[in-house]
Amino acid sequence: MRALTWHGRHDVRVETVPDPEIVNPRDAIVRVTSTAICGSDLHLYDGYIPTLRAGDILGHEFMGEVVEVGARSSLKKGQRVVVPFTISCGDCFFCKKQQFSACDNSNPSETSDASRLLMGHTMGAAFGYAHLTGGYAGGQAEFVRVPYSDVGPIVVPDHLEDDKVLFLSDILPTGWMAAENAEIEEGDTVAVWGCGPVGLFAIQSAKIMGAYRVIAIDHYPHRLELARQMGAEILDYREVDVREALDEMTGGTGPDACIDCVGMESHGLTIDNIVDTVKAHTFLGTERPHALRQMILACRKGGRLSIPGVYGGFADKFPLGQLMEKGLSVKSGQTHVQKYTAKLLKMIEEGKIDTTFLISHHASLEEAPEMYRHWHDDQDQYTKIVLKTQFATPRKDEKELIHELA
Amino acid sequence: MADQRTGSKTGNKALIGAGIATVAAGAAAAFLLSKRTGSAGAPIENISDAPDYVWRRGTKSYETNLLGNTVTVGRPREELFEEWRDFTRFPAFMENVEKVEKLDSKRSRWTIKGPLGSSIELVTRITSEEPGRSISWVSEPQSEIETEGRVEFIEAPPGRGTFVRLTQRYSPPGGRIGKGLAKLLQREPKIQARRDLRRFKQLMETGEVATNASPSGRKSETPTEARI
Repeated sequence: MRALTWHGRHDVRVETVPDPEIVNPRDAIVRVTSTAICGSDLHLYDGYIPTLRAGDILGHEFMGEVVEVGARSSLKKGQRVVVPFTISCGDCFFCKKQQFSACDNSNPSETSDASRLLMGHTMGAAFGYAHLTGGYAGGQAEFVRVPYSDVGPIVVPDHLEDDKVLFLSDILPTGWMAAENAEIEEGDTVAVWGCGPVGLFAIQSAKIMGAYRVIAIDHYPHRLELARQMGAEILDYREVDVREALDEMTGGTGPDACIDCVGMESHGLTIDNIVDTVKAHTFLGTERPHALRQMILACRKGGRLSIPGVYGGFADKFPLGQLMEKGLSVKSGQTHVQKYTAKLLKMIEEGKIDTTFLISHHASLEEAPEMYRHWHDDQDQYTKIVLKTQFATPRKDEKELIHELA
Repeated sequence: MADQRTGSKTGNKALIGAGIATVAAGAAAAFLLSKRTGSAGAPIENISDAPDYVWRRGTKSYETNLLGNTVTVGRPREELFEEWRDFTRFPAFMENVEKVEKLDSKRSRWTIKGPLGSSIELVTRITSEEPGRSISWVSEPQSEIETEGRVEFIEAPPGRGTFVRLTQRYSPPGGRIGKGLAKLLQREPKIQARRDLRRFKQLMETGEVATNASPSGRKSETPTEARI
């Protein structure tokens, strides 16, 4: 089959690799129709995540058709499924508590040792990410072996086209959980740092959950425009001092909840960020948490921080005293995707949530390396890229979904 | 002149400061050391409520070559005891155990992968057994390595299943060098035990052992083999 493989910093290629096979009784093989490039794939592309190996197949947002099932899979051949990026057994303590991304069994014992060393405990597994999270092949490929197929994949009805449901795999539940973790109350102002796909879904989710105001922060005009479309007020940090603006917009109080949809590779030419960038490139640090630092100072006293943004290790110059003295509470974590898929699918069916407004480009799997380049270099215009394999059935209305460049 | 004096005074202050810091650090170290050993120089009784194998080197309870690991499995201890009691099923979750044959109700012969493709044989005998709670075994004299093990099934807090604790006392083949080599080759018993227990947990909770076997762009691999 054809698959996108990683070979080093800014070096991804589409290659012919062997097809996956059923290995365990609960496995299924999914023939991929649509797969997306995620913001967190950029951390891999930039070489920020340790334990990725040359030849690894990337991709953790994918869907397709079930073509083969193991003896204990509950899926049937021919079903259309969206596959959560988190690989979760459904049986362990964590899965039973619906903390699916903390699954205790999905990370094989050989690879989980490294994550135990780095994190203190073994991490759950994910598709197409580093070996810290299991080293499972990803979904930017024509076929994927899906473990625990009886608990992960969600069957989607035929009348919903791929683009509408694909993001159930990651960014939609991630944005939703980000807003849920902000514990929004009546009259709340929620500030969202980063208007990438997760930020945009967090904004939409916060609005659905009853946020009185949402203020979105970024520096890409087109992404900010999409945020405004979702009902947010917007701040371009190149135009204004974000903290001053937030304070003045909230009567000196600060936002009630702040959501970090940026993660470890903050942009911006501030002193702390320049130092972080130098350290990251000389292997002295892994994080560039400028947005998170700013969030802690901006948040109101006793407010909430929600961190869906990905971090990998140790941050320094972290305003810990400010966090404590202001009495902020923090919720974070990889998304417990399986907890949200059924509910969000229903909302998509009922037209309560818009899942296609952020798609800017469609391309074929073969064009993936070029798309990674654009995703990295042209973030203003490339707001979400969906890749189609040869198994995708083109819909006649698909052309209309390709947004005109502004 | 005045300036110079101020300068040297500051220098003196810094020196004094550094001196105080050194003395303080030394005193602290001496205090800590004196805490570790009693006035007669012998280690004092330990007070921590920890399992036998987590004591630091130098404490009275520390024992060389005693290793242990605990994993939580979400099933009742009686069931897990029954699953463990059949030693012939060990190769399903113990990576380095190639084969276990039952010799009689107490004794079994194990074939274990050693460093660099070698294999090690040992015969173990069950020395004590408490149904639903623990099994202890020891290697028979004809074995190539000496080992002593115990698995305990301890009730976890309500609703949390069972703590499965594997404790091993062993003398590594080749002494210290052998141990270092084994560690390099990831055949070190502590690492091995932790991985084996995790696989046991996976098998008991999910019915299968997790594996990342899947395709990659690396020519040396097949899609059905696990990779690190």
